[in-house]
Amino acid sequence: MAQEKIGVYVCHCGTNIAGKVDVEEVTRWAAEQPNVAVARNYKYMCSDPGQDLIKQDIKEHGITRAVVAACSPTMHEPTFRKAAADGGLNPYLLQMANIREHCSWVTVDGEAATAKAKRILGAQIHRLPLNEPLDPIEVPVNPNVMVVGGGIAGIEAALKLAQAGKKVYLVERDPSIGGHMAMFDKTFPTLDCAACILTPKMSAAGKEPHIEMLAYSEVTEVEGYVGNFKVKVRKKARYVDIDTCTGCGLCTEACVVRKVPNEFDRGLSKRAAAYIPFPQAVPLRATIDPTRCLTLTGKKCKQPCLTACGPGAIDFDQKDEEIEVEVGAIIVATGFELWDPTPEKRYSYGKLDNVLSSLEFERISNASGPTGGHILCKNGEPPKAVAILHCVGSRDENYQEFCSRVCCMYSLKFAHLIKEHLPECEVYECYIDMRTYGKGYEEFYKRLMNEDVHFIRGRAAEVTDVGLSPTEEGRLVVKVEDTLLGITRRLPVDMVILSSGLAPRSDAKETAQTFGFGCSANGFYLERHPKLEPVSTVTDGIFIAGCCQYPKDIPDTVAQAGAAAAGALALVDNPTVNVEPTISYIDPEKCSGCHICVGLCPHAAIQYNEEKGVAEVITAACKGCGVCVAACASGVPQQRGYLDEQIFAEIEGALAV
Amino acid sequence: MSDQFEPRLIGFLCRWCSYNGADLAGTSRMKYPPNLVPIKTNCSGRVDPTHIFKAFAEGADGVLIAGCHPGDCHYINGNYRTAGRFPLMKKMLEQLGLEPGRIRLEWVSAAEGDKFARVVTEFTEEVRALGPLGWNTRTPEEQADAGQASSDRVEEAVPA
Repeated sequence: MAQEKIGVYVCHCGTNIAGKVDVEEVTRWAAEQPNVAVARNYKYMCSDPGQDLIKQDIKEHGITRAVVAACSPTMHEPTFRKAAADGGLNPYLLQMANIREHCSWVTVDGEAATAKAKRILGAQIHRLPLNEPLDPIEVPVNPNVMVVGGGIAGIEAALKLAQAGKKVYLVERDPSIGGHMAMFDKTFPTLDCAACILTPKMSAAGKEPHIEMLAYSEVTEVEGYVGNFKVKVRKKARYVDIDTCTGCGLCTEACVVRKVPNEFDRGLSKRAAAYIPFPQAVPLRATIDPTRCLTLTGKKCKQPCLTACGPGAIDFDQKDEEIEVEVGAIIVATGFELWDPTPEKRYSYGKLDNVLSSLEFERISNASGPTGGHILCKNGEPPKAVAILHCVGSRDENYQEFCSRVCCMYSLKFAHLIKEHLPECEVYECYIDMRTYGKGYEEFYKRLMNEDVHFIRGRAAEVTDVGLSPTEEGRLVVKVEDTLLGITRRLPVDMVILSSGLAPRSDAKETAQTFGFGCSANGFYLERHPKLEPVSTVTDGIFIAGCCQYPKDIPDTVAQAGAAAAGALALVDNPTVNVEPTISYIDPEKCSGCHICVGLCPHAAIQYNEEKGVAEVITAACKGCGVCVAACASGVPQQRGYLDEQIFAEIEGALAV
Repeated sequence: MSDQFEPRLIGFLCRWCSYNGADLAGTSRMKYPPNLVPIKTNCSGRVDPTHIFKAFAEGADGVLIAGCHPGDCHYINGNYRTAGRFPLMKKMLEQLGLEPGRIRLEWVSAAEGDKFARVVTEFTEEVRALGPLGWNTRTPEEQADAGQASSDRVEEAVPA
């Protein structure tokens, strides 16, 4: 091997590294290592002057390899590889040694950290002479985008992409787009009616020629890679021809099965087996519920829906259909579930009447809801007193540790709406801390304090129907410690609203696996970087937006949807994209044709060439896992960038110190 | 540092889950012993048995392999290959007269910085307890003992 000249660059990262690791010592040590021509340290290597050091050394000292000992390569490898390329060095001749995340930040002792930094850096110094120049593989990009989830996040992202002239497939699991926002009555803090601001967007998405709506559909499989995804979508049978149906609703009136709990009203009203989820549904088409329809469950029915349907759209023979769609980018915006308060037994949810979840109250206060917008108890009477309990299933070590961010504000909104509808009604807010962090939120809180709402600082202990006095008899009683007064109180009320936190979708983990990214410890989708790449995932070309990433309010959701759309657009607006060249290759001279690798390849990227009697890597299909390399008994397949000899050299370097 | 034996550990971390889990331990400023040097591979399935033996031959006292949880592999099922190979690697180690407890397989997701820190801490202590590898200094009897004594621990060391 020709003598290589390695440049070593040790970053201080302010005090992040230099505060623990003796960077001068590491630099001195590095300068003495084999092949090292230049060793420097600098306060911030990622800054322009830092990057210029590498470029200058390539020009002035003729360095042929470089290693930057700094943060994680996930953070700045692209930065430094670009700097190397700008300086005229093939970017794959630069390696990073992670002495921040893996060393200075996790080690207590400075001397130990310095020694470990040398080992981490030594591994890369040893490896570098074996690095080969590589060229990124340029692949074409499909200009279409898929958006999964038709809530406000998905709708917003789809509309933005469509505006940019991109074809968008909008996939929604339910019969209509709209998501949770469509269920809301008013939105805080401006009290806009949710329907008034959402339905125009839903309608626009329905009419937009660039958007192909795949409602009542689910993604079953995702294959491919950045710029080139193949997505299988199962279009569930509606038993209604979507092109013929006019959404007139006559089938729903004719249907004899009338007592199906209406999901859109959270079960507070009933619907028929043939149904349109809500009047503003997009697409405005009927669906026949296969679990409730008499015909579809094999029972006898005179099928009045068939007679009622003028255009003859009903088709009991319809089957689920699987289609395959090719897209360049995917935005996953699958939203949240309201935390189900049933396990919190002390609040008696599902046991006592008039103990409502927050979404149930949204429906009750909504003019299109089960009570026509009149706030009424189950007996049809308006409540004289209502308690709103904060942090149910949130900020609670027993359930979800995190703060769901929106509950304080929607609770304040509820108090306002109750006071608006029923000015005489007493309203109690039982809270731990009032978190009103958004634009106009604190002002809204102040306003509520002047609306005769009682604020009690304390998490409610219990909701019971056991009355101890005539004023409590026949009512609900909330027991709560008022921590500001230092007393325990019993609040006799007629309605209790549980301000539940937001939870990840119960199938979030499976969905994340389908799309090839992970979940955070709290169950929400994991972003690539919490601050700088909040809508990217570890899988290039797949983005996330909205509450599937973490609970957030509507403004933040819309902003994130826009960011995800911009991320997708920045990708699919180009004809090609570069993918990493770290893929496998097989030397036909050495391959014995044993087939072992063929069956092991997770991506079916290795095929057996019958004629030549050897295995061959299909370059476009290989994703670079290296499973074949490790599996071959003869070590024939090799992975560029992760050659056996390169890994061996890293091991040697790491243990040489 | 005190005079106690400081084991030298190599950790093969898959790029998508465990390497990021180790990064998260860092950004969360969790503290763990400095004994393990991470080596990044794209997938835990890339880790060849020869890598393990190379590490021991170069003076490592223990080797960790960490990959994505079952079902989470960025390459669909590369980690299943790792899981399949791992018991064989342990067996081989035993046949060579080394304690199987010197290699460890863990699933560490990108969200499990705490788990990464815990695994490195535990593994450091376990290998410390086993003592230096002493590849060249063991008598045949000692080698036979090492393989036998720790074979009972093989089962529990393989994650379900």
